[in-house]
Amino acid sequence: MLVHPEEIMETIQMVKTENLDIRTVTMGINLRDCVHPEISQFNRNIHNKIVEYAHDLVSTAEDVESLYGIPIINKRVSVTPIASIAAKFNKEDFISIAQTLDSAAAEVGIDFLGGFSALVHKGMTPGEKTLISAIPEALANTEKVCSSVNVATTRAGINMDAVALMGKTIKEAAQLTADRGGIGCAKLVIFANAPEDNPFMAGAFHGIGEPDCVINVGVSGPGVVNAAVRELKDPDLGEIAETIKKTAFKITRMGEMAGREASRRLGVEFGVVDLSLAPTPEVGDSVAAILEAMGLESCGTHGTTAALALLNDAVKKGGSMASSYVGGLSGAFIPVSEDAGMIAAVERGSLDLAKLEAMTSVCSVGLDMVAVPGDTPASTISAIIADEMAIGMINHKTTAVRIIPAPGKTVGDSVEFGGLLGTAPVMSIHDFSSEEFVKKGGRIPAPIQALTN
Amino acid sequence: MASTRFIITVIGIDKVGIVAKVTGIMAEHSVNIVDISQTIMEDLFTMIMLAEAREENFDLKGFQTAMQKTGEELGVDIRVQNEDAFRFMHRI
Repeated sequence: MLVHPEEIMETIQMVKTENLDIRTVTMGINLRDCVHPEISQFNRNIHNKIVEYAHDLVSTAEDVESLYGIPIINKRVSVTPIASIAAKFNKEDFISIAQTLDSAAAEVGIDFLGGFSALVHKGMTPGEKTLISAIPEALANTEKVCSSVNVATTRAGINMDAVALMGKTIKEAAQLTADRGGIGCAKLVIFANAPEDNPFMAGAFHGIGEPDCVINVGVSGPGVVNAAVRELKDPDLGEIAETIKKTAFKITRMGEMAGREASRRLGVEFGVVDLSLAPTPEVGDSVAAILEAMGLESCGTHGTTAALALLNDAVKKGGSMASSYVGGLSGAFIPVSEDAGMIAAVERGSLDLAKLEAMTSVCSVGLDMVAVPGDTPASTISAIIADEMAIGMINHKTTAVRIIPAPGKTVGDSVEFGGLLGTAPVMSIHDFSSEEFVKKGGRIPAPIQALTN
Repeated sequence: MASTRFIITVIGIDKVGIVAKVTGIMAEHSVNIVDISQTIMEDLFTMIMLAEAREENFDLKGFQTAMQKTGEELGVDIRVQNEDAFRFMHRI
């Protein structure tokens, strides 16, 4: 089969000028066989297992990157949710586990490690409570460790006690990292219907149904989709959807190819391609820009939810044709701080929290990397989480909240995190209290859709 | 298993000696040309080569580094990418 020069030039252009990349290669590692009643031995076991499995991960990903000439931005590890394997330890022990994970991550040279996590959608065990209480300190005292807590599923409903607790936990995480803009919160995600094979941080963990070790790949290319849409001459929305589909196909094929080569070289099972459009702070590499390319003056204006629905669906259609092992979160990500177009839209006043929440009902993840005033009460944060969890629960989809009550900041300010995390403009919230609602606790029952058997 | 065939692209402002230099480095690394096409679009020199490395322990990184250095000397962009990157991406 001849390779066509036009295809060659197209691929090179995608990489060179449109920021096409493989966002992440993530090795999922099962830590259930590391369980030990002694904390020191337990820590040694997890450290050794991570280092043993992942010591070649970074160099292999770099070799694959150079083989195909396509950049792989992040190399990551996800592990079994720590709360489910370390039930008996106290808070200090949990912090020592986080530090062990951090040192293992540093030793193998990866960018992030996810899995300081708990799944508490139906109820909390004492171990899970202890882990959650340790999250703020764990995130403040580590560099690469990320944490997630699943508080709702369509089958179980929403654990409002956990939601109330997470509001306080987020506030504490912000305070303990106040000198760094509250960066602890950027490493903490609250989920509904968390996927077990998600390679994207901060929500990645290695699910209980997964093999001992697996390679998952997350691809991304909003810049490429943006360029393809902008190139169309006066298209209708059907043509735009078709173009996005074709582009998503190409991006996903590339991710599958690189992921399979990495898994072959590492001798590790291949898991999924997460076919996503995840933006970066680079100009042009923006999901908001794609929405605007469809004819919206500024992201967030009327029509944005419809445009995002079209985009998200076309990405999934194109991607699912390209790979039979699609998983994770798959779809368009709209993290505010990581997307130059989103930041601009907030700053010019066209995008607010209410519109963002509406948009999350048709795309991946949810309220992601949103900064709110530092004096926002914990109950308000819990209420924002509850709203987002309800969208996930009712719509059978994954939703998440990664929110930063930026210490000492108010509307009009912004917080700078650097790197892929970007800059978050502080968004305004309702002044009316949600205190009494959140205080009620208990569990919001699972919706009738849960009864599908 | 990734194949040992590579697409080499050279893009930049045309000048004397680009082909000579590039193929010289290829010969040094025992990289054979399978197919070659070259056009000049306005002032832009574009060369696409399908090349094959026959040696068992072919040092891809070394070859890429040498090519990149040559590209810098010539003021052109040279990329060496496994052919699968192009086959896999566009075709079913």
